Amino acid sequence: MARDWRDLFIVDGVPAREAEAAAETGERRRGMFRRLRENLRKTRQALTTEIQATLFEDLSDETWERLEEALIYADVGATTTAKVVEQLEREATEGGITGGEALTGRLTELLAGIAKTGEDKIDLRPHPTVILVAGVNGTGKTTTVGKLAWHLSKELGRTVVVGAGDTFRAAGVEQLEVWAQRAGAGFVKGPPDADPGAVAYDTLAAARRDGVDVAIIDTAGRLHTQDDLMAELAKVKRVIAKQIPEAPHETLLTVDATTGQNGLRQARLFSEAVEVSGLVLTKLDGTAKGGIALAIAQELGIPVKLIGIGEQLDDLRPFDPDDFARALVTAE
Amino acid sequence: MPSGTAPWTLSAAKPIPRDTLNHSMFDSLAEKLQATLADVRGRGTLTEDDINAAMREIRLALLEADVNFKVVKSFTNAVKERALGADVVGKLNPGQQVVKIVSDELTELMGGAARELSFSPRPPTVVIMAGLQGSGKTTATAKLARYLRKEHGSSVAVAACDVYRPAAVEQLIKVGQQAGADVYEQGTDRDPVRIAAWARDRAQSEGKDVLIIDTSGRLHVDQELMAELANIKKAVKPHDVLLVVDAMTGQDAVHVAEQFADVVQFDGVVMTKLDGDARGGAALSVKAITGKPILFASTGEKLDQFERFHPDRMAQRILGMGDVMTLIEKAESAYDEDQAAELERKLRKQEFGLDDFLEQMRQVRRLGPLQSLLGMIPGMGKELRGVKVDEREFDRIQAIILSMTPQERRHPELIKGSRRLRIAQGSGTNVQAVKQLIKQFEQMRKVMRQVAQGRMPDLGALMRQAR
Repeated sequence: MARDWRDLFIVDGVPAREAEAAAETGERRRGMFRRLRENLRKTRQALTTEIQATLFEDLSDETWERLEEALIYADVGATTTAKVVEQLEREATEGGITGGEALTGRLTELLAGIAKTGEDKIDLRPHPTVILVAGVNGTGKTTTVGKLAWHLSKELGRTVVVGAGDTFRAAGVEQLEVWAQRAGAGFVKGPPDADPGAVAYDTLAAARRDGVDVAIIDTAGRLHTQDDLMAELAKVKRVIAKQIPEAPHETLLTVDATTGQNGLRQARLFSEAVEVSGLVLTKLDGTAKGGIALAIAQELGIPVKLIGIGEQLDDLRPFDPDDFARALVTAE
Repeated sequence: MPSGTAPWTLSAAKPIPRDTLNHSMFDSLAEKLQATLADVRGRGTLTEDDINAAMREIRLALLEADVNFKVVKSFTNAVKERALGADVVGKLNPGQQVVKIVSDELTELMGGAARELSFSPRPPTVVIMAGLQGSGKTTATAKLARYLRKEHGSSVAVAACDVYRPAAVEQLIKVGQQAGADVYEQGTDRDPVRIAAWARDRAQSEGKDVLIIDTSGRLHVDQELMAELANIKKAVKPHDVLLVVDAMTGQDAVHVAEQFADVVQFDGVVMTKLDGDARGGAALSVKAITGKPILFASTGEKLDQFERFHPDRMAQRILGMGDVMTLIEKAESAYDEDQAAELERKLRKQEFGLDDFLEQMRQVRRLGPLQSLLGMIPGMGKELRGVKVDEREFDRIQAIILSMTPQERRHPELIKGSRRLRIAQGSGTNVQAVKQLIKQFEQMRKVMRQVAQGRMPDLGALMRQAR
């Protein structure tokens, strides 16, 4: 049972416009299934490493080596892999768990357990709810903002405004504007080369003025090693907090599922700058398993809240730790 | 106080990322290896047991650097061969020796024959940029355009074949223009294959030297889009297809590279976002699996942050060799044996002059960016870690020295008054700069003397004095 959008968002009662949205849902579900099939087709052709239940039939040193291999292959990283393999090996040899199926089940449990860290929900009760989106260049921030805006607006019937906080990238503002239009969200931008803090400010001012439910602030891609840019991000957050106490209510860090161990550093340094409350693990429709999210969960306690599985508006899903754990250790 | 005219000026410091050099002194690969190989020195050669122990550390380091698991396996086997029986008597301790072997092997693996972009005898040379979403293709397209203009004097056009991503065409228009290239686009309503073909014809009729085709990001497992890429290739018959790879890519790099190699047989790789602190193991993986060379490195968001790929620098980065060897020892390993002996002789006999100083600086400079060298010195005060040494200052120093007569270079104490002025004018600097250089030279001479006498110099104190 995959985790539902209703499990992700915290809301008071049923949103006013949900009834309207429900009618369109049938149509959209069909479209969604079509896309799911397409995405799965892509994945099926992919080259992946697998752990079958049979791996655990004869326990030997090779078993644990192959398990280690599979987890490393998934970018889980040496440290977290070692912890997991050690624990499973201990439980297996101490006789607590026997048989291929049981061990695979326990493995999935262990992995899911690591992923289930921190607060896994997004609270939509504050009015307006302010969501700040940050991340390294090319990880999918703007696309994610678009998808999130669409979902909140079209599926949950919330009013949304997005702020074009990426004032650096060539045509970055235009890019977000297209997404905002597609999502049916309001759009706030500044003049060229505007200060991102000012754009955030204007976005929140507009949100309050128009009584909007959710404000999403996009930011420019930045490397966690660029101290001045990290300082800029921290400043944007301060501007937001000053304007609306408790805001941003959600600070999402986009992490590309293909990222290797550097993802851990990204999460660490971004968190030091702006206290990341959750990750969006993007581009999971490729062959990468996104195991780095597990390392981040393990070492930093930051949960994944959303996953991106394609470039279309509805290619965003709530994160399901059990699904994720299963996918880490099985083919396709 | 440091001024803009003083050599070794310490310009605005950007601290080296705290975690890049691992948490404690003992985490760096060479130190780990040294602990593992503690009793090797007495024996003089590395046995198989020693090597196996070392390989585990190396394996971990490479995995941490995101080198593909399979590549790590075959690589460590290759290193094992080379390391067996290697002579460890010498200036480097066994741990460093092994690291050196690993580093050499890595460099070789990633380098091989120096490869250039393939240029067509009859223009235009057509280049296709391909890769995953977010890898940095569009920026790389503009950078390559600028690079070719500056380095080769080529006239360049870029073609906007990403019709999917919102505002992709606008982005290329902006950065393409910044790069000084003509931008060919037909909006987003046309099939990319036809746009590419049209662009090629146009580049030809306009007499462009190079046409670079920017394509949309695509998953290697997206059959439709991969087919589209193959069709673009068929339509334009490119001389180079470049795969753009993000330096932070993990184990998946191999899958991506394999598929792209299969479908479009790319010729080379552009590694992007190397200004981050990702170790970049993907570079090794891609090269090892596909045999395709890495041609360019993109090291920042500005268009001029683009250069030829240096396999040796990448090898060191992958190994996390920030603080592996001390400055002195690294210098030693770069020196010719004879040169080192000659230098020692000169220092003992106090014959060390400014010519030698210049030569030493050239040696030092060849080893790598001065900034990272400073970071390597153990016991360096915090104020010097991550400090940026201005490379332009090096050029000034060189100019000053070359404006001196040979006698002045041997006996800098002669340089006063009118000589100073002459040198200042000849080098296009000023008297203050000349004075400073000589002062710092004297300091440096002291250091070299200490090294020759086998003592570890207090470089921290030296640098503070030099300000």
